[in-house]
Amino acid sequence: MARKITYQQAINEALSQEMSRDPRVIIMGEDVAGGAGTDGEDEAWGGVLGVTKGLYKKFGDRVMDTPITESAFIGAAVGAATAGLRPVAELMFIDFMGVCLDQIFNQAAKFRYMFGGKAETPVVIRTMYGAGFRAAAQHSQCLYPVFTHIPGLKVVMPATPYDAKGLLIQAIRDNDPVIFCEHKVLYTLEGDVPEEPYTIPFGEASVVREGKDVTIVTLGRMVHMATEAADNLAKQGIKCEVIDLRTTSPMDEDTILESVENTGRLVVVDEAHPRCNIATDVSALVADKAFDSLKAPIKMVTGPHVPVPFSDVLEDLYIPNAAKIEAAVRLVMGKKN
Amino acid sequence: MSESIKALTMPKWGLSMKEGKVASWLMQEGTSISPGNEVLEVETEKISSAVESSEGGVLRRIVAQEGETLPVGALLGVIAGANDTSEAIDAFVAEFQKNYVPPADDDHDSGPKTQVIEVKGRAIRYLRQGDGGTPLILIHGFGGDLNNWLFNQESLAAKRTVISFDLPGHGQSSKQVGNANFGELTQVVYDVMDALSVPKAHLAGHSMGGAIAIDMALAHPGRVASLTLIAPAGLGPEINGGYIDGFIEATGRRDIKPHLEQLFANAELVSRQMINDILAYKRLDGVDAALRALRDKIFPGGKQATVLREKLGSLSMPIQVIWGEGDAIVPAKQAQGLPASVKVHVLKGAGHMPQMEAAAEVNKLIEAQLG
Repeated sequence: MARKITYQQAINEALSQEMSRDPRVIIMGEDVAGGAGTDGEDEAWGGVLGVTKGLYKKFGDRVMDTPITESAFIGAAVGAATAGLRPVAELMFIDFMGVCLDQIFNQAAKFRYMFGGKAETPVVIRTMYGAGFRAAAQHSQCLYPVFTHIPGLKVVMPATPYDAKGLLIQAIRDNDPVIFCEHKVLYTLEGDVPEEPYTIPFGEASVVREGKDVTIVTLGRMVHMATEAADNLAKQGIKCEVIDLRTTSPMDEDTILESVENTGRLVVVDEAHPRCNIATDVSALVADKAFDSLKAPIKMVTGPHVPVPFSDVLEDLYIPNAAKIEAAVRLVMGKKN
Repeated sequence: MSESIKALTMPKWGLSMKEGKVASWLMQEGTSISPGNEVLEVETEKISSAVESSEGGVLRRIVAQEGETLPVGALLGVIAGANDTSEAIDAFVAEFQKNYVPPADDDHDSGPKTQVIEVKGRAIRYLRQGDGGTPLILIHGFGGDLNNWLFNQESLAAKRTVISFDLPGHGQSSKQVGNANFGELTQVVYDVMDALSVPKAHLAGHSMGGAIAIDMALAHPGRVASLTLIAPAGLGPEINGGYIDGFIEATGRRDIKPHLEQLFANAELVSRQMINDILAYKRLDGVDAALRALRDKIFPGGKQATVLREKLGSLSMPIQVIWGEGDAIVPAKQAQGLPASVKVHVLKGAGHMPQMEAAAEVNKLIEAQLG
């Protein structure tokens, strides 16, 4: 039965169902049990925002608290994956990737290629990204473009509770390393989610609004900004097709290109810093493969090329929003404002 | 205010419909209407169909314009007597609009709700609408679910209890299909009737559900009041095996779309939302195995394994067969040469899903048989 649960509950349910189904699935990270070994086991917090709450009680030592040393436990998860387990490691904030990047990009991502296809590394690294949490420059970055850049990694960006559950189950069953990016502002978002386990294949974008005038390609939290903009624009007679990429690697090029071939106009919305991000990547794809279909220049809506500000006022200014997307759409439609 | 003035409102098709777009008016102001006439076309995210009038009279006022998107229950037009004054109609429209409250976005309490019962260890989702009379049970086909009846159930429930449910392996019911043969599925119909305290029911079955309905009538004739067989399986060996294999093997939107288009005479009815809903269903754990098991037992090698045609004549309850002339899944020629006691209706302009594509006609035929 489908019922409404939050993005956070959807992730928790995916973990719980996969751990019940497959004894090789384990969880490791900082405070993912939380309170383990103390009197407070029943109240174990389950991660810094409580996403893995309740799993320690259900699965005991298969939910492992680690020392605060990402280089060690991300490396351990990668090693455990090559040795037959299916670890889900939690890199609390994507901003901490710097201290464990070698384990990810030079080890996990390379094994299949460097061992002649004989090695599999079925590890999932769950990590929080994104601004809007008043968490300042070191806890608010997007950084998923960095992982998307690296061959051998799959990068997943769910925008809804339904997608979060199906994509996480797919990630756990996948035999390659998967970086699973969770926007912390979306944790409380509710949506219809089936109780049963299900999967969503990687590389399949979701068309969340159909329209003939402008294609808006986006991902993660920005999907909601883009649909808000599309709904406002529809009232003014501008019909936007909103494409949620869902995974940036692999990326569903066909859906993007087919849509742009129909609309002739492209706006790409990406919360990541504007240089070498998903917006530039999608823009390059369309310029390369669908240039003749374009009726107007491609427009990108992103944050500015600065660290995420700590000031509330500045952070709100930094994040792309519906008004900025609407302005970009009107621009490519040839309207002044 | 005259009692002859009636509102024609945006219908609610299926459980999730919140709004619809007025695609085109099929009648002009001033046209006389009989109950059941198709008055306008409405498009939703999932599908488009005609809106029937439940009232008779004259279409005196078109309120919703073509292209307008309106919530469920919104005023589309006014049907009244030829003698009602236009002032009275103005007043009716003003009064309706003043009192109309669109359903809230997250209004889960509005409208009928599906329920789940446990039947011999399996969870079965069902939807009960209407009240009284001998109940009508709707049985969907291979790969379908209770939403296949979205244009039928509410309308048919005006006069009696109507129950639709998801077969095992389908919709939101358990994905355990056991032996995956008709015996197994027929037993589920029997058990669902028991669990819902229905001693006897009219059965309407679509496609594979039609064969299940026949099988149920043969096994338990005392519990079946009548049969309506819509594009049914079970009446001949031929079936489009390519469709069944294609439906099972397809994993994405692009590969499943051409198969789904074979279901309808008008392929444009296959909307993106319909494809998404079917993919979401196919991606539930257990569905793939269930569909393959059913295919291997019921439609092995692109043929129907069980042909019940010869046995129809032995049944004494009223039986009618409704087929879409353009059915590309189960050929409509199987409607020929049935026993004389079986009423046969072949509908023009419909494919394998006449209960959706020709909903008004199918509803009328079912009403006529049930009385």
